[in-house]
Amino acid sequence: MNYPVRQKSFKPPKDLAEYPVGTAFPAGHLVETNASWRSLRPVIDAGKCTSCRICWLLCPDGVIHNTKPEGLDIDYDYCKGCGICAKECRQKAIRMENEGI
Amino acid sequence: MLGQKAFLSGNEAVAAGVRLARPHVIAAYPITPQTTVIERLAEMVEDESLKAEYLHVESEHSALSACIGASAVGARTFTATSSQGLLYMAECLHYASGGRFPVVMMNANRSLALPWNIYGDQRDSLSLLDCGWIQVYAEDAQESLDLIIQGYAVAEHSDVLTPMMINLDGFVITHTYELVSLPAQQDVDAFLPPFRTVNKMDLDHPMSLAFTAGPAYNQAFKQLQHQAVLAASKVILETEERFGQLFGRYYPGLLETLFCDDAETILVTLGSVAGTVRPVVERLRSLGERVGLVRIRYMRPFPEAEIRKALSGAKAVGVLEKDISFGYEGTVFTNVNSALMRAKVMPPRLLNFVGGLGGKDISAIDIERLFLRLKSPDDGETVEFI
Repeated sequence: MNYPVRQKSFKPPKDLAEYPVGTAFPAGHLVETNASWRSLRPVIDAGKCTSCRICWLLCPDGVIHNTKPEGLDIDYDYCKGCGICAKECRQKAIRMENEGI
Repeated sequence: MLGQKAFLSGNEAVAAGVRLARPHVIAAYPITPQTTVIERLAEMVEDESLKAEYLHVESEHSALSACIGASAVGARTFTATSSQGLLYMAECLHYASGGRFPVVMMNANRSLALPWNIYGDQRDSLSLLDCGWIQVYAEDAQESLDLIIQGYAVAEHSDVLTPMMINLDGFVITHTYELVSLPAQQDVDAFLPPFRTVNKMDLDHPMSLAFTAGPAYNQAFKQLQHQAVLAASKVILETEERFGQLFGRYYPGLLETLFCDDAETILVTLGSVAGTVRPVVERLRSLGERVGLVRIRYMRPFPEAEIRKALSGAKAVGVLEKDISFGYEGTVFTNVNSALMRAKVMPPRLLNFVGGLGGKDISAIDIERLFLRLKSPDDGETVEFI
């Protein structure tokens, strides 16, 4: 999956006057990152990864991307940390690390 | 210009008002005591005196959903319901107000089951005060008709864009007949221009409708709804003024007062009961009693400042309502009490009378007894059932 095209020009409304009247807006829905949902983050070990793309195929949120020449890449703004990629990786190339503390 | 007069029930007056307002879409499901509104409207569509799409839906949930969908393509819409039907559309009430779709709905106030009962009280609409709709309570058929026409002007105003619920006491208003002035169609057309909104599906200007807003943005939409309902106060006054100039019938804003300037004892109520209180107040006045009446017309937006002003000089105030929040007090009382507390103007005595539940009659003698009760020094129970 390729990275979705993000609206780089999106500027969040500064005050109430900048919100649309009702729930109608040309840009679709208001985009928020949800990184704070995650207690564990998947980290790819580039040395073990063979780019088989099973993680890319099975990620339920489509946040593993295949666009960089150096290998697969995880979008941490939207990864919810479910761990399916780490569980499914046949090379054991993805480890789940504790977030913060 | 004067229109004609007709002998109409409250429900028929509502249907006449709806026809004059020229809605594009009507979707409704019959329920006693609302049924004759939508029967009359069905006949008007059938005989083509009303050019509207009449949708026969299978439930109240679908009725309001259909109105929301129609409003979302820019149509003027009408629905009507009552009691269990209103509760069945509860989910959609929030969709309409949150989406800022100015649907106008008539609600025939009726008791809620169980025990099963088809007669009037106001627990249906008052239990839904928080759903973001403007709520108004009529006293008679003429006011009901006029509120339908004014309702579209208020709900569709660009500062408001909020749906409106027009409440008529079941049977007492919906099924009693009176002489009603019917405005002329060309005057209503001049008063009520076609509905225009940017908040709609438009192929030339495509937008995402009814979208998601997560925690970072959601509350802002709720603040905007709050602002819009507050803004309706001013729009209601302007609309009534404009209506009065065109049709000669002036309305007193969010609430109506009778003899409150020098009244020592005031009864606050809403809906048809005010019609019973009014002659009692006039009779007691003729006997030298300093009594008064406050009739709340709009529950949302709530007439906070007007309540304070009307009650500031009273020694004893009773709030009479056909509603109770079980385990505490009547919801109208809670609202009146809050308005007074916030301004720190408390009458020495403030009592809550609950009556008329399930259609129990409230007579003129009951009202006289309440005025006597307000003069006695016993503070009694928090809620007194009459």
